Amino acid sequence: MAIWFARSRNIVSSLRHNLNLSGILSKRDYSPRPAFTNSQLSSRSVFLDSITSLRHESTAVEKQHDLVQQSDEEDVQELDFPGGKLGYTSEMKFIPESSPKRVPCYRVLDEDGRIISDSDFIPVSEQLAVRMYEQMATLQVMDHIFYEAQRQGRISFFITTVGEEAVNIASAAALSPDDVVLPQYREPGVLLWRGFTLQEFANQCFGNKADHGKGRQMPVHYGSNRYNYFTVSSPIATQLPQAAGVGYSLKMEKKNACAVTFIGDGGTSEGDFHAGLNFAAVMEAPVVFICRNNGWAISTHISEQFRSDGIVVKGQAYGIRSIRVDGNDALAVYSAVRSAREMAVTEQRPVLIEAMTYRVGHHSTSDDSTKYRAADEIQYWKMSRNPVNRFKKWVEDNGWWSEEDESKLRSNARKQLLQAIQASEKWDKPPLTELFSDVYDVKTKNLEEQELGLRELVEKQPQDYPPGFHI
Amino acid sequence: MSAIIHGAGAATALTTFNSKKLVAPCRTNLPARSKRCIVVAGSDDASKSFGSSSVLSVRRPQKLIANAVATKTDTSATTGHELLLFEALQEGLEEEMDRDPHVCVMGEDVGHYGGSYKVTKGLADKFGDLRVLDTPICENAFTGMGIGAAMTGLRPVIEGMNMGFLLLAFNQISNNCGMLHYTSGGQFTIPVVIRGPGGVGRQLGAEHSQRLESYFQSIPGIQMVACSTPYNAKGLMKAAIRSENPVILFEHVLLYNLKEKIPDDDYICNLEEAEMVRPGEHITILTYSRMRYHVMQAAKTLVNKGYDPEVIDIRSLKPFDLYTIGNSVKKTHRVLIVEECMRTGGIGASLTAAINENFHDYLDAPVMCLSSQDVPTPYAGTLEEWTVVQPAQIVTAVEQLCQ
Repeated sequence: MAIWFARSRNIVSSLRHNLNLSGILSKRDYSPRPAFTNSQLSSRSVFLDSITSLRHESTAVEKQHDLVQQSDEEDVQELDFPGGKLGYTSEMKFIPESSPKRVPCYRVLDEDGRIISDSDFIPVSEQLAVRMYEQMATLQVMDHIFYEAQRQGRISFFITTVGEEAVNIASAAALSPDDVVLPQYREPGVLLWRGFTLQEFANQCFGNKADHGKGRQMPVHYGSNRYNYFTVSSPIATQLPQAAGVGYSLKMEKKNACAVTFIGDGGTSEGDFHAGLNFAAVMEAPVVFICRNNGWAISTHISEQFRSDGIVVKGQAYGIRSIRVDGNDALAVYSAVRSAREMAVTEQRPVLIEAMTYRVGHHSTSDDSTKYRAADEIQYWKMSRNPVNRFKKWVEDNGWWSEEDESKLRSNARKQLLQAIQASEKWDKPPLTELFSDVYDVKTKNLEEQELGLRELVEKQPQDYPPGFHI
Repeated sequence: MSAIIHGAGAATALTTFNSKKLVAPCRTNLPARSKRCIVVAGSDDASKSFGSSSVLSVRRPQKLIANAVATKTDTSATTGHELLLFEALQEGLEEEMDRDPHVCVMGEDVGHYGGSYKVTKGLADKFGDLRVLDTPICENAFTGMGIGAAMTGLRPVIEGMNMGFLLLAFNQISNNCGMLHYTSGGQFTIPVVIRGPGGVGRQLGAEHSQRLESYFQSIPGIQMVACSTPYNAKGLMKAAIRSENPVILFEHVLLYNLKEKIPDDDYICNLEEAEMVRPGEHITILTYSRMRYHVMQAAKTLVNKGYDPEVIDIRSLKPFDLYTIGNSVKKTHRVLIVEECMRTGGIGASLTAAINENFHDYLDAPVMCLSSQDVPTPYAGTLEEWTVVQPAQIVTAVEQLCQ
């Protein structure tokens, strides 16, 4: 296990090394454990050739070495500036806006659910693999049934995770329960993994009195201090600087835990993305930033969201170690997040993971994505690039899962969910007293007055208020 | 600058007069809102009040306090120490950081530089770079960071170099700081203190002369307090840090160098209480922060002219201490609000509405509110002076109300 683990760490170092970018990274390299196999190097030799053409094509003559050179070469005269020494060149060269070859994504399973030969990954036991699959399948059932419930008018709103089950579950599986999770809103799988029951999900969606949030937030805005999952807050990317703060807090208290926060491709345009990453890097805070690049931000395609090569290249701009991973490959996500988490905690640094995936469902129940994208595109990703099916194939091939298990799991989950929904629907909504509590720790005078006023009003004219609206 | 301080110097002597009586019983932060009566200490000598020119009827024969500033009844003559307001803030902060290892400070240049107004001076040396954190320049980010840290158990004190810059943090303050305790169903608390200097200074330009209390006052879930003397600055700082709610502490750029003698022993000021600066009979003047000193200066003139104003520093901007204010209104029946906020949507506007709603029957005249005009604060000294309420205006307003 240790060997695999060490090798998996080297993926990052080997990628960096091969892209010849170490020169512009921070001086403090982490100590690489040399474990390149011949096959690894050879598979990347094609890479190296194309990297030398990294330079801008319009520069006429290549007289000098790459601008992005290791600074410990001989005869490099150096200039002193705030920030350290740097070499200089008399040739005017602009760093190109993009490299000809995009950053590859790390994947372990092929589309048929078979492990690619010579892959680096952290092995997953049968127990863990089966649990991961079960949770992915449960998440699918949950998405389906709650979505239908919304369409039937039983809940007002819902956001599905269809197509992103691997990112949700595999990342959750790679974390420890002490790691604090700051979600965006498309990561209920993390909470599901940690133990949130289907009934608790239903309670939050119905906003009834058993909801931990006391009916104060829209559906899908789950939160649980018990499971270290910060309550979802609608504004995009606000959780990123907060994650830097959580990392800072964990660092101060020297805890063996990190902050893990999620963001979509669209959210990386927010100022808070820049600030959150920058702060985490400067504070050397143990934060893992996971960006779910699912191609769409409501109707905005990523080509209209940014012009960089996705999000992974942005990590370096902040001095943050990054990796691009195939987000629909559960094993790859698991290995990457697990490694990132270890790095974050042991080295006290932030890590950025860009998980490439696809948003199969609509943005939310208030959206109809067929209006801005082709139906067959959606169909393709739903059927041929389905992360749940892919992982299922691998688990089945190992003899750990059967069709019988499948039908039992799905029908059980479905039954539980329907029961949970029926129960949640019937339960009372929170009483009037919960309108004014928790604004402060203790109600202020004006709030007490307002509560009294409302109470009097309801008592005087109960017929004007909905049935079940009790005090 | 000097004019203000002179006026302040005289006024600060008075502040110790009653504030101690206010605070001494509440040594610890009371969880329940206290309904204790704020003692209005006036002398009870029944003697002739003032000249015949006044038309006001005095309800109770009472000796008029001849000076606007009472002689200091120094109960702690030997046990106090003198310091400036920014030092009082620093002392409060340092004591709380000593007391609770979870308290930390974050902001721009708060570390070894000691803060732009030296409130965090020396703290980085004492507590280390991590606990007194210099952040990159992004107000939304370090406010968000403070919120995240608070939700995980720390008690951050977030400094905005100038309150105006915190407009950039409005998203985090409104959508997260104020809301997350509520929307999480009480699962997460956010015991942050957000503080910084605001208000109109000396020719700092429009962007550095903002009065953010106007914009923040609607946000549910936060508390707002404004300090005005070294005594209440230290007390409010400590109370804010100990509070479980997010508190915004408004300091004023021009008040940092006020000097006062404060007690040596541990004390805090109640976050929801107003401070009786000068008891009186004829009119209630409500004010806070720097305007307190303009009011006290006007009070000197008013007393010479024969009026007896009651001056209350409201201190708690959200929620208002309507108990103290109400008692005063019931006594004097006339209210003048003097604030630095702009006419539209300021603290004065909300306070006027609150007083009218609650104490309408007790008023003999409409509530008058003196505020700055609805203009960006100009740079030119003369223009800037005209945009801030001056003592002469206050005197005129009182004369008008007391006719």
